[in-house]
Amino acid sequence: MKYSYYPGCTLKNKAQDLDKYARASAVALGFELEEIPEWQCCGGVYPLGSDEIATKLSSVRALNYAKEQGQDLITLCSACHHVLKRVNDDMKNVEDIKNRANNYCEFDEPYQGETKVLHFLEVIRDVIGFEELSKKVVNPLEGRKIGAYYGCLTLRPGKILDFDDPENPKIMEDFIRALGGEPVVYSMRNECCGGYTALKDPDFTKQRTEQIFDDSTGFGADCLITACPLCMYNLNKSEAKSKVPVYYFTELLAEALGVMEGA
Amino acid sequence: MQKIGVFVCHCGTNIAATVDVKKVVELVRYEPGVVFADDYMYMCSEAGQEKIIEAIKEYGLTGLVICSCSPRMHEKTFRACAEKAGLNPYMVEVANIREQCSWIHKDKEEATKKAVILARAAIAKVNLNTPLQEGESPVTKRALVIGGGIAGIQTALDIADAGYEVDIVEKEPSIGGRMSQFDKTFPTLDCASCILTPKMVEVNQHPNITLYTYSEVEKVSGYVGNFDVDIRKKARSVDFGKCTGCGECQTKGPLGKIGNIPSEFDRGLKNRPAIYMPFAQAVPAVPVIDRENCTYFKTGKCGVCAKICPSKAVDYEQQDEIVTVKYGAIVVATGFDIINLDKYGEYAYNECPDVITSIELERLMNAAGPTGGHLERMSDHKAPKEIVFIQCVGSRCDDDKGKPYCSKVCCMYTAKHAMLIKDHWPDTNITVFYIDVRTPGKNFDEFYRRAVEQYHVNYIKGQVGKVKPQPDGSIIVQAADLLDGKQINKKCDMVVLAAAIEPNPGVRKIATMLTASIDNNNFLTEAHAKLRPVESPTAGIFLSGMAQGPKDIPETVSQAGAAAVKVVGLLAKDKLKTNPCTAQCDTLLCNGCSTCANVCPYGAITYEDVQVNDHGLRETRRVAQVNVALCQGCGACTSACPSGAMDLQGFSNRQITTEVDAICR
Repeated sequence: MKYSYYPGCTLKNKAQDLDKYARASAVALGFELEEIPEWQCCGGVYPLGSDEIATKLSSVRALNYAKEQGQDLITLCSACHHVLKRVNDDMKNVEDIKNRANNYCEFDEPYQGETKVLHFLEVIRDVIGFEELSKKVVNPLEGRKIGAYYGCLTLRPGKILDFDDPENPKIMEDFIRALGGEPVVYSMRNECCGGYTALKDPDFTKQRTEQIFDDSTGFGADCLITACPLCMYNLNKSEAKSKVPVYYFTELLAEALGVMEGA
Repeated sequence: MQKIGVFVCHCGTNIAATVDVKKVVELVRYEPGVVFADDYMYMCSEAGQEKIIEAIKEYGLTGLVICSCSPRMHEKTFRACAEKAGLNPYMVEVANIREQCSWIHKDKEEATKKAVILARAAIAKVNLNTPLQEGESPVTKRALVIGGGIAGIQTALDIADAGYEVDIVEKEPSIGGRMSQFDKTFPTLDCASCILTPKMVEVNQHPNITLYTYSEVEKVSGYVGNFDVDIRKKARSVDFGKCTGCGECQTKGPLGKIGNIPSEFDRGLKNRPAIYMPFAQAVPAVPVIDRENCTYFKTGKCGVCAKICPSKAVDYEQQDEIVTVKYGAIVVATGFDIINLDKYGEYAYNECPDVITSIELERLMNAAGPTGGHLERMSDHKAPKEIVFIQCVGSRCDDDKGKPYCSKVCCMYTAKHAMLIKDHWPDTNITVFYIDVRTPGKNFDEFYRRAVEQYHVNYIKGQVGKVKPQPDGSIIVQAADLLDGKQINKKCDMVVLAAAIEPNPGVRKIATMLTASIDNNNFLTEAHAKLRPVESPTAGIFLSGMAQGPKDIPETVSQAGAAAVKVVGLLAKDKLKTNPCTAQCDTLLCNGCSTCANVCPYGAITYEDVQVNDHGLRETRRVAQVNVALCQGCGACTSACPSGAMDLQGFSNRQITTEVDAICR
C-alpha cells in the first residue's frame, strides 16, 4: 500500500525522530510513504478567519497532489494533521473557501475535499489493525508503564478530526498495549499543554506541563508518548519534579518492531 | 347540485391580520355550488355557530365550507353545528387557513391568494360529498395499564375505584417502578417507600385490579373500545399459588445471599442471586429465577432453591404463557430511565467508582440500600467529606450527544440530596454546579432557598469541563465560574451526576404496537398539547407519567388521575360512534392481488370469492372485503391499490383529484 506523505517542517528539524522512526516502522509494517514533492509549510495553526485563504493554500496543494496520485494522505505531526484535516473539511463543505481556493490554484479540475487524510496512528488502527501490529512486535515493551499524551490537536474539534472520542480517547492506549507495554490512563492526557502560549506566557505552559507530569506519574507512568512536536517541546522544557522521559510514539514503535538500528 | 355556504373566520387577528378575509368572501362567492358566503370574528363561538345555523335554514344549504383553523381543532365543533341544523355532519369541510396559511406567511396579498385557493379546493370537494352515517360499536368495560410505576399504579387505582376492571402489565418482577428506588421525596422529604408501598399493597388487594408482573405486551389489535391484547407472562419458575414469599430460596444458592449478578434495582451497586425479589417490599412477594444467570438453567446442575423451598414452589419446567384479553382503553405509563453516560467521557463516570448518578445516590442514601443508608465512596468505603453535584448532564444540550430538553426534576432532587446529606453528616461540604436553577412548583423555590440559606450549599453557576480522578483517590472537578469569570479546580471525594431523563427505551416498541405517535425524543405525543394532554392522537390510548414528558411525582399523580378520568369517561359509554370514513372495495375492479391487505395496518382487509357479473360475463372472483369495524380510514389501501378498486368514503379518489384540480386551476 502506498500513501502520500506530508512530513511538515518540524519533522525536518527538531522532530526528526518522529519522522525517521515512522519511515522505518512503515517498511516493517508493509506500507510505503511517498513524500509529496515540494510540499510547503501548513502554517502550523489552522487559520480561523473565515475570509482567509492564503494560509490554507499550501494544505490545498498537498491535498490535491495526493488526489492526483489516487492516494490517501498520511501525516504524523499533530499540528499538520489538524491543519490539513480542517482545511480538507473546508474544501468539502465551505462553498466560499472552496471556490476561492480553486480559483486561485487553477488545478486541472477543482479540488473538493476528495482526499482522505489519515494520521499514522489511524493507519495502524484502521488499515493494519492492532492485532496485526502486535504480531509483528519483536521486542515487546514488557514492564513499561507508558502514559499516552494526546494533547488537543488530533482530537478536537471532534466532529472534523474524527480521530477518537475527544473526551475519552483510547487509540494510543490500544497502541501501547499492542506493543506489549502497559498503558497508564490519567485525566490530563487529553488536556492542552499550553501550546504556543509558551512564547508569550511561559509560566502557563510550565504550570500545565507540571500538571501533566504529576497526574501521569501519579498513576504510575514511567514515560510518556506523544505525536506532537510542540507538546514534546513544552514537556521537555518542564522543570517538574515528576518529570519522566517523553518519546515520540514512533520511537517506541520502531523499538518494538526492532527497526531502530536501521532508522 | 349542492347549495354550499362558505364561512370565513377572522380568528380575532390570527387569520385576519395576514389574510384579507373580506376579499376571500368576495372571491369564493361565485364558485360553482356556492350560494352564500360570509365572514365573522370567531366562527367557533356561539354567535358564529348561530350564523351558520341560520344560513343553513334560510338558504337551504346542503354543504358547508368553513375557512378557519386546522380541522384537528374544530372540525368536530362545526360538524355538530351542522347536525343541529339538520345537515349531515359529513357535508362539512374545513379549509385550514390558519396553521397552513396565516400563521406561516407574512405577505398579506400572497396569503390571501392562498386562502382563496384552499377554500376553492374545499368547495370543489364538498360538491362531491355524500351524507355518511356513523355506525356503532360496543365498549369492552376493562382497561389496560402498561407500566406499574407510580403513574400506572395511580391510574389503575383511580379506574378501579370508579368501578371498572383494570389490568396492570409490568415487565419487572415487581410493581413500584422508579419511585420504589428513591429514598425521600421533595419538597416535603417524606420517605418514598412509606407513601408508595401502601399503594402497591392496595393495587395487589383491589378486587378490580389484576396484576401481570414479569409480563410484557406482545401484540395489540382492534380499536378504541375493542382492543385485543396478547400479554406474555414470562416464566417466573416459581409457582404463584404455592410460594409464600418467605425468601428462604434467596439465601442458600451457590453464593448464598450475596449472589454475583449486579442488582438492577440497586443500579449495580450490590449483587443479587439468580432467584430473587428485586426488593424486600416487592409486590407480588414472589421471586423469579433469572434464567440467563441461573446455574441450573445454564448447566443443568444445582437445583438448590428447589430443594430448600419449604412449600415446593420452585418449578423449573414453567413455560412462558400468552394470554389474550379484551380492553376498551389502554393507558401507557412506561416511565423513564436516565441516559447512558458512555458518551460523556469528560465526567469519568465509567472510569471512577466515586463518580455516581443521582439514582445511585438515592440507593446509597436509602436505609434499605446496599450500604444500609450510610453514604460512602464505592472505592474505599470512606464517608465523603466534599461532594460536588453536576447538573444538566445531557440535559439542555445543543449537540446531538444529549437531549435538547430540561429534565425538570434534577434541580429539585439535587437540593433534596444536598439537604439530606447535610442533615445526616453536617460536616460535609457540598458544591452544586448549575446552568440555571429551575424551581417552579408549589413550595419548590422555598425548598431550594433553604438549601442555599440555611444549609449553606455552595451553588456555582457554571458548567463542568472535566472530572479528573487523582492518583491519591480524590477527584478534581474543573469548571468555569461564570459569575466570577474564573476557572475553578474543585477538589472533592465524590461527584454526583444529574443525568438527563429519557423515556423508557421499551416505549418505542409499545408505541408502534399501539400506533400511538412519539416525538423526536421518544416521548409519547398528546392529542393536543394544551387541551388534551393525557390522550394520544390514537383513539382509546391514554398517557400517564414520564412516558409523556419529564415530570415530578405530584405532577405524575395528577396526570395519572386525569388519564383515569378519561378512561372512565370512555368505559362509561355502552356504545361508541364509529368513523364512517372507511375504505370500500369496488368488486368489479378488484383483482384480488392482496396489495391492500399487505399495507393495511389494522388487519381490516380479508378476501373472499364472489360471483360477479362483469358486463354479462359471469364468473367467480377473489376480491377484497373491508371490515368497517376495524378500518380506521387511513387510506393506505386506496393509494396502494393498482387497479383503483379501493376507495375511501369521505375522501374518495375523485374528491381528492378534484381538490387538486381546484388548487391547480
